[in-house]
Amino acid sequence: MTQLADLNAVAEIVGGFSRRRVLAMVRRHYYLLRGSLPRILEMAYWPTLQMVIWGFVTQFFMGHSSWVANASGILIGAVLLWDLLFRSQIGFSMCFLEEMWSRNLGHLFVSPLRPAEFVIAMMAMSLLRGLIGLLPSWVLAYVFFEFSIFSYGPGIVAFFSCLFVMGWGLGMAVIALVLRFGLGAESLAWVAIFAFAPISAVYYPVSTLPEWLQVVAWCTPSAYVFEGMRSVFIDGVFRTDLLFGAIGLNLLYLAIGAGLFAWSFARARVHGRLLQIGE
Amino acid sequence: MLTPAIEACALTKRFGEITAINDVSFVVEPGGITALLGGNGAGKTTTISILLGLLVPTYGTVRILGHDMVRDRYSVLPLMNFSSPYVDLPHRLSVRENLRVYAELYSVDAPEKRITELAEQLDFAGMLDRKTGQLSAGQKTRVALGKALINRPRVLLLDEPTASLDPDSADWVRSYLEEYAREQGATILLASHHMGEVERLCDRVLMMRAGGIADRGSPAELLHKYGRATLEEVFLDIARNRTWADTS
Repeated sequence: MTQLADLNAVAEIVGGFSRRRVLAMVRRHYYLLRGSLPRILEMAYWPTLQMVIWGFVTQFFMGHSSWVANASGILIGAVLLWDLLFRSQIGFSMCFLEEMWSRNLGHLFVSPLRPAEFVIAMMAMSLLRGLIGLLPSWVLAYVFFEFSIFSYGPGIVAFFSCLFVMGWGLGMAVIALVLRFGLGAESLAWVAIFAFAPISAVYYPVSTLPEWLQVVAWCTPSAYVFEGMRSVFIDGVFRTDLLFGAIGLNLLYLAIGAGLFAWSFARARVHGRLLQIGE
Repeated sequence: MLTPAIEACALTKRFGEITAINDVSFVVEPGGITALLGGNGAGKTTTISILLGLLVPTYGTVRILGHDMVRDRYSVLPLMNFSSPYVDLPHRLSVRENLRVYAELYSVDAPEKRITELAEQLDFAGMLDRKTGQLSAGQKTRVALGKALINRPRVLLLDEPTASLDPDSADWVRSYLEEYAREQGATILLASHHMGEVERLCDRVLMMRAGGIADRGSPAELLHKYGRATLEEVFLDIARNRTWADTS
């Protein structure tokens, strides 16, 4: 019976899609944001602060480092893109945590809302939350440091789309863990992404890492993205091989994240966690 | 022959070594109000969770309006709804926003009209634009009932529907539920500790004890069978494992 339920829960992930239900969930989280100025400020606060700090660091290094002088936007670009990955994952996970904190999962999952619709709504909200958080820092980077990430062409937009998708894959894995272990695991939503920071080669090339760690780094979409970013910034070359590497790995990350989410959702129905989880 | 509204067959749920319910079977015919009674830990919430598809039984099957809740729950979920003190509506959203979200999730036609209608019927029109978290417990109960009725469900599962309500409001909600069941031909299964409520509202009672159905029947049948004047006395007999033979 339990195994049959697991299979059915996985089947539910892909069945009977309704745009109206997805928009209903987007509406729910939009209402939450609209009604809370502190939430909006919190989203924009850290990316803006990071950008200001790294903007001044860049200005300092431009006079002291020929490498940075040759590619002035490389540090600010790295910071902005890293924050994008972080905001994508945290934005996705936070939508789910909000439902747990408000003890609303029981209502949601006895409604016709399917898990796949729930996940797509969280992706949309992650995009919205990410843009709310990052837009002020992008504007300030342009105003104070004359740096615009968009001046590097559409290739860079393709790379940062890859970071959003990677954030969603990781976000699904994180909420799978929270569903499995309860709110005790919620801090994972904040820290999980940082395990990827050293191997994503955000501020240095992958070749800086020890050889064995380079193998691990090339298993993360983010390493392809940051290498691709450096290639655009330093050499002015858009490397499609790196973009396709990131896309391929993203598909794998999304599949693993979706699989983990489907599995833990099915287990939550077996163990009765959908009703119990809350503050 | 009409398809039963709810059909539970040999439901068993184990959590490791603990058996929450064991071999629970019952049929609820369409229309009318059925009570699920039992002391704390008798298995009412587990049974309701399984009926809703939130919990997968270890053994047994549940069919709601003829649909299997393990294999085919999404066919019937639009026709059901529930309310329980164990789940909340998001506190930071206004009452109107919460109801709008659920109206959209249940694909309700003309959602704003339905929200206004429910707010008038359940007497929370003045609170529509207040944050749900700012409401009193009784007001929250009425709003939760509004959410449970947003899609005009054919099967409504209610856990303690009048908990936290003052006697006047509780009486008013009972009248509303009676009228709703009668006018819509809906089936209501409610778990309650309020025996007066059950005697007044319910056509049929399922008495649970220690994870199983201990007895069943109409309130009048149970009163007669146990030779008691009130359903509360029958409840105590069953909860304390006194059989009708002991009491006669």
